[in-house]
Amino acid sequence: MKVKLAFEVLGFVALAALVALLPRVVSDYRARELAIVGIYFIALLGLAVLTGYSGQISLGHGAFMAIGGYTTAILSVNGFYGHQVRDLWTIPIAGIVAGVAGLLVGIPALRLSGLYLALITFGIAVSFPQLPKKFDHFFGGTTGKILNLVKPPFGLHTTPNNWLYYLTWGIALVLLAAAWFLLRGKTGRALQAIRDSEVAATSSGVNLATYKTLAFGMSAFYAGVAGSLYAIANSYVNPDVFPIILSIYLVVGLAIGGLGSLAGLLVGAALIYFLQNHSDTVARWINHLPGLALDPKQPGIPSIVFGAVLIVVMLLLPSGAGGLLRRLFAPLTSRLYTRS
Amino acid sequence: MVSAFTWTEFAQQIAAGVREGSIYAGLALALVIIYRSTRVINFAQGEMATFATFIAWSLQNHGLSFWTAFPIVLAIAFAGGVAVERILIRPVENASVLTIVIITLGLALLLNGLMSVIWGGASRQFHGPFSTRTINVGGVPISVQDIGIVVTSLVLVAILALFFRYTKLGLALRGSAANPDSSRLVGVRVGWMLALGWGIAAVLGAVAGMMIAPVVFLDPNMMQTILLYAFAAAVLGGLDSPLGAVVGGILLGVTITLLGRYVGFIGSTLKLPAALFLILVLLLVRPGGLFGKVAVRRV
Repeated sequence: MKVKLAFEVLGFVALAALVALLPRVVSDYRARELAIVGIYFIALLGLAVLTGYSGQISLGHGAFMAIGGYTTAILSVNGFYGHQVRDLWTIPIAGIVAGVAGLLVGIPALRLSGLYLALITFGIAVSFPQLPKKFDHFFGGTTGKILNLVKPPFGLHTTPNNWLYYLTWGIALVLLAAAWFLLRGKTGRALQAIRDSEVAATSSGVNLATYKTLAFGMSAFYAGVAGSLYAIANSYVNPDVFPIILSIYLVVGLAIGGLGSLAGLLVGAALIYFLQNHSDTVARWINHLPGLALDPKQPGIPSIVFGAVLIVVMLLLPSGAGGLLRRLFAPLTSRLYTRS
Repeated sequence: MVSAFTWTEFAQQIAAGVREGSIYAGLALALVIIYRSTRVINFAQGEMATFATFIAWSLQNHGLSFWTAFPIVLAIAFAGGVAVERILIRPVENASVLTIVIITLGLALLLNGLMSVIWGGASRQFHGPFSTRTINVGGVPISVQDIGIVVTSLVLVAILALFFRYTKLGLALRGSAANPDSSRLVGVRVGWMLALGWGIAAVLGAVAGMMIAPVVFLDPNMMQTILLYAFAAAVLGGLDSPLGAVVGGILLGVTITLLGRYVGFIGSTLKLPAALFLILVLLLVRPGGLFGKVAVRRV
């Protein structure tokens, strides 16, 4: 076990070093793109806690992101008792508000399992965009709310995009460490026991209600933080910033990253961003195949590419990128782990 | 704004609700049939239905009448459903539920994109088989189209019920859903039964699509909201119960139509959230839905 621990710490340090050094070698625009990937990564971390570890499927995490984003927008635009809050300080508040919402959803979720829960959470994702439209004086309706542009604080000498990058990935690394720390011990084992068999977990003394609700709350907290950062990065929120498809993308990212693999989530997050924003590039690659000539600009092509990639990835790698990583490293890790 | 209440309008609203509900019921039944055999919710059900409806639209454009195109479309839908199961679902049969859910989501995106490419994203007028003039039913004017939709849906459900109940193939289908291992032992080819289930579900979806398309406009996203209501209807009735899907669909259609019309706060924006909230409450009281069974779990 000690070797495994050392391996994981080493991996984390390597990731942190990579994150710290990347902006020196990539362009300002790439830094912004990577920041968005980081935001997806945070949301996926939360979803991994819920789905990967406790086995509860949520198709509504976009709604928790929206709660986080709107919290940030309302606090920094409307203000709190007349004081506009600096966007930086709204991030933890957004996480907490979304986390509380997650706890509230987690309580009825105790009685629902599997697909029923998936459908109800999907319902939340579908319903949420209606709320800002209905209560438009508070949420800003369909036009939404405009936030201040991203600006490095404390007089730091860096570009807004680089600041966004460091902010996102700094938070992502802290949250990754927190998730890893929490999941490697008793809590992680309890959640996995619940995932594998609720009855067996209960009879071994795991308190189902506590752990399942906790997983929901923690997961929603992560999503809220991600949503808050998303709002800051976009500088505005409206119902279209958090569309229903966002919840789907998150689950897709999780499945492609592989359940129960925190490292695979990096791949999942990158893929969500890439397929959403660069599906024309993918279409151009596909055109290199014989007999195909897709017009990358035609509407519908991005959906076709996204859908086809999803299906092919799931057919070829049912355990996702994380599973692939594990299989690739198995000859190395299994030897290391067994020797300890 | 809510205008004065009249019983005639109330009856009309109920009729509209039943019409909506019978569409939900058809699609919910398709979801339930796939769920019973594969334990998966098919997120591509709506897109599959819309695709079939577009094929019907193309056939009509080539001069075929609705009822000539109808069986052709159903045959294509059936073949499509079977092909989807064989090509996409079978290879991942033993993978986790999430994997299969993602594949159906991928299929939904793929079909949606294909429809935009083939037919364009614009809304199209779809000519249905029923006239839109109204007739007087006990003093309440109801459109022939609404009656036709409800009757067609109910006839289809009745045919399916008879098929499942009284034919050997229906028995084999039920058997392979209830207990695949034992069915295999008595010689049922369970794999093909699953494919057959997908084919039947695709046919149900195609009928629902062709029935609703004259009411709304035909475009690639036509079934997305309807699919959500169908999910809700299936959950309301119990995901395991075909009867529940039909009852749940009609109940949901009537409830949300009445809520949208008579509860000013809900209006048209909060219809879907209201429906989902009702279902959440119901699930808390009866976790298996109205007709579903709650499985007793063992370690």
